[in-house]
Amino acid sequence: MAEFLQFAFSGLTVGAIYALVALGFTLIYNASGVINFAQGEFVMLGGMVTVFTHAAGVPLPLAALIALVVAIIVGLALYRLAIEPARGASPVTLIIITIGASILLRGGASLTFDKSFHSLPPFAGSKPLMIGGAALLPQSLIVLAGAGAIVIALWYFLTRTLSGKAILATAANRLAARLVGINTNAVVGLSFGVSAAIGALGGILMTPITLTSYDSGTLLALKGFAAAMLGSMGNPLGAVVGGLTVGLLEAFSAGYISSSYKDAVAFLVILGVLFLMPQGLFGRGGMERV
Amino acid sequence: MLRIEDVVSCYGRIEVLHGVSLEVGAGEIVSLVGSNGAGKTTLMRVISGILPLTRGRILFDDQPIDRLPAHVRVARGIAQVPEARQVFGPLSVDDNLRLGAFRRHAADTSRALDRIYNLFPALAERRAQSAGNLSGGQQQMLAMGRALMSDPRLLLLDEPSMGLAPVLVDQILDTVANLRKDGVTILLVEQNVNAALAIADRAYVLETGRIVLTGSSTALADDPRIREAYLGL
Ligand SMILES: Nc1ncnc2c1ncn2[C@@H]1O[C@H](COP(=O)(O)OP(=O)(O)OP(=O)(O)O)[C@@H](O)[C@H]1O
Ligand SMILES: [Mg+2]
Repeated sequence: MAEFLQFAFSGLTVGAIYALVALGFTLIYNASGVINFAQGEFVMLGGMVTVFTHAAGVPLPLAALIALVVAIIVGLALYRLAIEPARGASPVTLIIITIGASILLRGGASLTFDKSFHSLPPFAGSKPLMIGGAALLPQSLIVLAGAGAIVIALWYFLTRTLSGKAILATAANRLAARLVGINTNAVVGLSFGVSAAIGALGGILMTPITLTSYDSGTLLALKGFAAAMLGSMGNPLGAVVGGLTVGLLEAFSAGYISSSYKDAVAFLVILGVLFLMPQGLFGRGGMERV
Repeated sequence: MLRIEDVVSCYGRIEVLHGVSLEVGAGEIVSLVGSNGAGKTTLMRVISGILPLTRGRILFDDQPIDRLPAHVRVARGIAQVPEARQVFGPLSVDDNLRLGAFRRHAADTSRALDRIYNLFPALAERRAQSAGNLSGGQQQMLAMGRALMSDPRLLLLDEPSMGLAPVLVDQILDTVANLRKDGVTILLVEQNVNAALAIADRAYVLETGRIVLTGSSTALADDPRIREAYLGL
């Protein structure tokens, strides 16, 4: 039982991060139809920029804020410099552009920073809480609470503000969105900015637990993509459920089978979804399930 | 108010409008009729800025607007009720209407909203429902209400009576006729030529991307070509 709980805690913690990555995929996919494989790099930037500005003597909260701003600027630049000029290109072309952008960002990070692993001090100490014989790190609680707060903030933004509703409207009917005077290009840009912010926050929260490096975005993008597919691409609730599910599957297979299989879980989920239920767990879903 | 001069427009390499000229004066109701595939919807899209033109000019209040992006044209006062309604299906009736006022100040939105709910009480009863769950007639009212929320001076209507029961057609067209009293100028695309000529001051007939006939509604209603081709008389 203690063992089971231990695996569940670690599964939920990484799952929360995968959920945030999957939400980033979802938001951009809904606004533009693009699957942004540079999503993991936003997470990497959140962690790496925080680590290096903090190391340069900037207090942690301010370092995190700087990392958030950097990631948002990179997200907006990615849209402005790579996606917008290719407007009207096929989805495959756009996906290849985002893969290229992710390689470029990784290269840029390895040159600007370095190629080693880095960590941050836990935000609230490292004395684990014992629950049912299993240890729960305070940072895990912070990751879960932070991810929960981000999900609620995103829900509020999308359903309670006019800018958020403009994203939903663009996802629902692009033609009608343009006819009511929504600048749909700006909406797509906004979705890149918000996705970058969500990714960076995830990166900041997880770095004290999982470490970060210039290339940690690659696997995260893969796992977030698996989560988004499992939860039906385009469905925000599905992204959250998918993220937690992938995280738990990973933790249990690592714990009960072998940790060398951990990273294979995401591949298996992607293959399973493709072969068995191409629509994902929630069927065809746009933003209507927000 | 609206002047279209020799507009040519294409989908990819297929030219659909081959030099269309048309004019709508302030306060007028002008109809555009023509059979399936004539290019009526294409022209509406060009006016709203959804589709670029390859030649010609569009003037609104004597200003060229054909290079402006669609959202700027809405801000200038041109709204469109598109073909097949195109409501935001997953969003509520209320949100659909509020999005119609996207280019206006938030302070004006609630007053405009009251006005639309007065005009279409059926929408007021369903304000929290998803637009996708409304009946065809209600969706048409919603599409009209949404366009009116921007407080347009020129309203483009693309087949508002399509697929509706005859009572509803009358109700929708009555509403259109009444809008003129509020100072809204109207360009109406209709396949229901009889009804269109009944409420319009003037009409244009579009055939395969060219205007082939124009005149006052009464003159066109008596024109033998119209009577034969569109009224089946
Ligand atoms: N998106 C598109 N891509 C390519 N061709 C199109 C497209 N939309 C319309 N067309 C073609 O352009 C021509 C004009 O179409 P349009 O929709 O403007 O006609 P319409 O007069 O509105 O017809 P209807 O009465 O059926 O609504 C048709 O030949 C149609 O096949
Ligand atoms: Mg049409």
